[in-house]
Amino acid sequence: MTIRTPIYMDNNATTPCDPRVVQAMLPYFTENFGNAASRNHAFGWKGEEAVEKARGQIATLIGANSPKEIIFTSGATESDNLAIKGVARFLKTKGNHIITCLTEHKAVLDPCKRLEKEGFEVTYLPTNNEGQVDPEDLKRAITDKTILVSIMLANNEVGTVQRMEEIGAITRDRGVFLHCDAVQGVGRMDFDVERMNIDLASMSGHKMYGPKGVGALYVRRSKPRVRLAAEMDGGGHERGMRSGTLNVTGIVGMGAAAQIFIDEGEKDIQHTRSLRDRLRKKLWDNLDEIFLNGSDDPWRHPGNLNVSFAFVEGEAMMMAIKEVAVSSGSACTSASLEPSYVLRSLGVDEELAHTSIRFGLGRFNTEEEVDYVADLVIEQVHRLRELSPLYEMHKEGIDLKSIQWEAH
Amino acid sequence: MAYSEKLIEHYEKPRNVGTLDKASAEVGTGLVGAPACGDVMRLQIKVNPETQVIEDAKFKTFGCGSAIASSSLATEWIRGKTIEEAGALKNTAIVEELNLPPVKIHCSVLAEDAIKSAIADYRKKQNAPE
Repeated sequence: MTIRTPIYMDNNATTPCDPRVVQAMLPYFTENFGNAASRNHAFGWKGEEAVEKARGQIATLIGANSPKEIIFTSGATESDNLAIKGVARFLKTKGNHIITCLTEHKAVLDPCKRLEKEGFEVTYLPTNNEGQVDPEDLKRAITDKTILVSIMLANNEVGTVQRMEEIGAITRDRGVFLHCDAVQGVGRMDFDVERMNIDLASMSGHKMYGPKGVGALYVRRSKPRVRLAAEMDGGGHERGMRSGTLNVTGIVGMGAAAQIFIDEGEKDIQHTRSLRDRLRKKLWDNLDEIFLNGSDDPWRHPGNLNVSFAFVEGEAMMMAIKEVAVSSGSACTSASLEPSYVLRSLGVDEELAHTSIRFGLGRFNTEEEVDYVADLVIEQVHRLRELSPLYEMHKEGIDLKSIQWEAH
Repeated sequence: MAYSEKLIEHYEKPRNVGTLDKASAEVGTGLVGAPACGDVMRLQIKVNPETQVIEDAKFKTFGCGSAIASSSLATEWIRGKTIEEAGALKNTAIVEELNLPPVKIHCSVLAEDAIKSAIADYRKKQNAPE
C-alpha cells in the first residue's frame, strides 16, 4: 500500500471532520437554513429541532442530566471565558478566589489573569513531573473565599489526564464550583460530568471530528445550580447565557460527532491508543536517549505521544519530517522564543523541552502511516544527531551540564 | 515558516559536517550557544601557520534549520580564506544569502560568533609557549 503524504499527525491541534458529520450538516446550509430562533415558520422550527437534537446528543455524550445544561458557543475559548469570567463575576460578592493549574490552556489562564486585574485572586497549582495536579494540593488551596476551581481533563501538549473524580469529590464536598476544560477529551476518551462532579465543562467541535467554529459549555442546572454573568448581550439566546444567532450547521455537526462517539467510542479509543502505542514501541526499540513527556495510561490521552529526542532540536526535526504534520514545544516554533510553558511546568529541562515533538494520533490514522512515520523519524533522528555537537559530546562521555555555556 | 530554497538546500545537504582534531595546534575550535537556548554551534578551522589560510573547516550544530544552514554556509565561505578575511565576515551577509526571516537573525549572529571564537582559539594556541 502506498502512503499518501502529507500525513496528518497533529490531532491535538484539530481533527478532520468525520465524513458522516459533513453529510449530517449539508442540508442545514441549503434547504434547512432557517434561524433556530424564528418561532413562527417551518424553516425556524426545522433549525430549532436540529439544534435540540444536537443538544441532546452532547448531553448524552458527557452524561449530563438534561439537554438544557448545554449552551452552544463559538468554540472552546469562548466556553472557557464564559465559564470562568461568568461565574467569577456572578459570584464576586460571595468570594474572590479562583484555583487553576500552571499547565492549563491559555484560554483558561488568560481569563484568570484578566480577573486578577479586576481584583480576584488566583492560585496556580503546580503539577508533578508527569503533569498531574495533586488533589491534596487542591484541598489545601481552597479557602472560604474560593468560588471556582478550573482544571482541565487532558493536557493539549503532553496528554496528561487529571484525576477529575478525586478533584470533583473535593470541590463538591467544599461547595466550590468545578469547571473543566474538557476540549482534548470529550469525544475522544471517557468523560462523565456526573461521575466526576463537574459543574461546568468546555467543549470544542473540531477537536472531536466535528467542524470548527462551534463549541459548547455544560452548565449544571441542579445540585448545585450554576449561574453565570453573560459575556455577550443581545437577543437572549441560550437562556440568556450566550446571545447570538445559533450556528445551526456547526451545532448539527457537533451533535453528529457526539453521536458517532456514543455509538463507536470504545472502538475509537482502542484504535487510537493502539496506534499511539505502536509508534511509541517502534521509536523506543530503535532510538536511545528519548524521553516520554507526560504520564502513562490510564492518565494519558489515547492519541497523544509527546517525545523529547535529546540532542535534536524540535524545529529542525519538523523540517526533517516535513511531510508529517506534528507540533513541537521548541521555542523555535513559537513567537515567544521560550520553550513550552507546559513542559517547563513539568520540570522538563529546557534543553529537552527544545527537542520535544508532539504526535497526535486520531481516528483517521492507519498502521501504515504509523510505520512510515516511525521509520522516517528514526532515520532523521540519526541524521540530525550526526550533525549535533551535543550528541558527539554525550557519546564521548562529557557531561553537558558541566560545561559553562555562553547564553546568548 | 517559509524558508528560502538556499536555506533548505543547506539544511538538507549540509556542507562540511564533521570534527577536526581539537588537540592539534593548527586547529581552532569555537563552541557557542547553549543547549537551554536551543542552539549550539561548534565550528572548527584548520589553519596553515605559514599562510594563515583556512585549509579546512568543519561544523556540527544543534539547532533549528536556520542554525544548521547558517553554520553550513559559514564553513563554505571561510574555507580558502585567511583568518583575517574570515574574521571580517559579518552575520548580515549570511542573513542576505539565506534570506533569513527576522526571528532567525540570531542564527547568523551565532555563526559569526562561532567563526570569531574558532579564530581566537587558534590564535591562543599559536601564541601559547611550546
